[in-house]
Amino acid sequence: MRSAFRGEFIGQGEAGDKHMIRIEARPQPSAVMAYATPVLAVVLTMIFGGVLFAALGKAPLQAIATIFWEPIFGEFAFFYRPQLLIKGAPLVLIAIGLALGFRAGIWNIGAEGQYIVGAICGAGAGLAFYPAESVLIFPLMVLAGALGGWAWAMIPAVLKVKFGTNEILVSLMLVYVAEQLLASMSLGLLKNPEGFGFPGSRNLQQYPSAHNAEIIAGTGMHWGVVAALIAVIFAYVLLTRHRLGFAIRVTGEAPRAAKFGGVNPGRLVLFCLGVSGLLAGLAGMFEVAGPSGQISIDFNVGYGFTAIIVAFLGRLNPLGIVAAGLLMALTYIGGDIAQSQLGLPAAAIQVFQGMLLFFLLALDLLTNYRVRFGAAEVA
Amino acid sequence: MDLSAINPILLIAAMIAAATPILLAAIGELVVERAGVLNLGVEGMMITGAVCGFIIAVNTGSPTVGFVAAAIGGAVLSLLFAFLTQVALANQVASGLALTLFGLGLSSLMGQSYVGIKPPRAEATPLGPPADIPVIGPIIFGHDLMVYLGLGIVAGTWAVLKFTRMGLVLRAVGENHDAAHALGYKVKRIRTLAILFGGACAGLGGAYISLIRVPQWTEGMTAGVGWIALALVVFASWKPWRVLLGAYLFGGITQLQLNLQGAGVAIPVEYLAMSPYIVTIIVLVILSADKARAPGSLGRTFHASG
Repeated sequence: MRSAFRGEFIGQGEAGDKHMIRIEARPQPSAVMAYATPVLAVVLTMIFGGVLFAALGKAPLQAIATIFWEPIFGEFAFFYRPQLLIKGAPLVLIAIGLALGFRAGIWNIGAEGQYIVGAICGAGAGLAFYPAESVLIFPLMVLAGALGGWAWAMIPAVLKVKFGTNEILVSLMLVYVAEQLLASMSLGLLKNPEGFGFPGSRNLQQYPSAHNAEIIAGTGMHWGVVAALIAVIFAYVLLTRHRLGFAIRVTGEAPRAAKFGGVNPGRLVLFCLGVSGLLAGLAGMFEVAGPSGQISIDFNVGYGFTAIIVAFLGRLNPLGIVAAGLLMALTYIGGDIAQSQLGLPAAAIQVFQGMLLFFLLALDLLTNYRVRFGAAEVA
Repeated sequence: MDLSAINPILLIAAMIAAATPILLAAIGELVVERAGVLNLGVEGMMITGAVCGFIIAVNTGSPTVGFVAAAIGGAVLSLLFAFLTQVALANQVASGLALTLFGLGLSSLMGQSYVGIKPPRAEATPLGPPADIPVIGPIIFGHDLMVYLGLGIVAGTWAVLKFTRMGLVLRAVGENHDAAHALGYKVKRIRTLAILFGGACAGLGGAYISLIRVPQWTEGMTAGVGWIALALVVFASWKPWRVLLGAYLFGGITQLQLNLQGAGVAIPVEYLAMSPYIVTIIVLVILSADKARAPGSLGRTFHASG
């Protein structure tokens, strides 16, 4: 997406501003800067985050250390380290799908909705068999979750292909629809009949055939983590080795060239939105069957939106997304610790994550443009 | 179910009030988009305006000061977007999303000690006696000042875009930024001003929700109104008067479903609450054929290389 704008205005007759600082488009995005900017953005976020924490009356260094150090190396790290996988897996799973679309200039903003619908379908498929036990139930739930997320993403995809409707707005509207659907499900159709009238479904953790249990106990390694790893490999191979991945990259960087090259834009929209919906649905399904356990009104915690930050922080690159997903998971866990130990408000972490995206986008300037100091030369 | 509990006159009056936040946010975004910038951060600016307005109104005791603060709050947040897209030349879609995510976090951080507080009440019927006229009184004269201010901003925007040199320059920048630049117009400066105007309007719209519509502060209380406003600009084909029409349509649906919830219709509350979003999608589908009217440079980054 970034390179679509690059160099568009080269060759303009107008003389540049006679400012001391000039910005020149690079002929090629800088490879060094592409790797350096995410690191720089994290450092800047830590600094400004520290300022924010200080403004909230917390010791800034202590807060930063609590967020980034405590979960991995602190006294209770044995408890927090598995959380890294549990929170990182859905983020990576969703972000991988989003990145495919973002690369092609297809903006699925509604992953949160697809995540919810995937969870509802997955849990619904499992609960339909309650209390029967069979090894087939869990694979069926996986299938249902993936299909649910896929179908929810197909709504904006088909509307875009058929009618040219803006996929950003439609996919986002569907998040709010999905949230209402979630409320309706946890109060109605999927409500636990033995739940004493409380909203929320049966707990899938207590239903062995449907439980997405840890594969190796105490590691946080559940099937969602496996799925995330498979998705990363799939996306990596697709983007670097497959014709379709090439079509995605060309469409993002030069849409006209892609059209002349025989890329079918409609099919690409269906594929990118479909895959991202499918992965988001899977993430929701693994979450509801494992760490969360049940469908409830406040089941979703914004992974679908945070995954957008993860996708950008990972530079829309599958391997980068793994690192970014783990880092973001760290801020969630560290944020929880800082909340209980230092009384840091939960919203402060949200601001912190938003800040990270800001710095990342601002610093992208250094990748695509060269900043020159000194007066403009006469060409 | 008791539909007779719904008073049609009060319903229409309430629809107009329900439309006001959408109207304010949408007219601001319309100006931004006519200048060729797509700011997806409307939701973030609205919620920031909502919390700024609420905090200041509670502390000063004056809703008016609250609204001014909301406009400033929205504009300050939009300045971040202006910096990202006009100075750092970042992608507008990503920057707008960042603004929304950041605004949602920032607002809940700012507002956490204000949950459950009642704001000072704005004067309900500033126009006085005419509001007592049967039927047309409540519908036309019975509103608070912000409703009329919203209408005034729409009319003003229409007039400025259509009849003034300033409006012409703004549209030129939006239609073709290279040509406007070649003519000597400061593309970035004009766009930055448009973005600030959009931020201020979104802020006002947000404060209307937190100070008058609800009136209290809860996290994420704008609940997608900013996104509906974005859809509305497309719906309106970038024309101010059609924004007004669209806002009343969406305000109407929002209000109607609330009234139906209150009247105890057999449809579950959740499905009624979905309706504004579903209607938005349907309208977007019907009107997406009309997209040729979008400003020519919408969403494209401008950089004059020397």
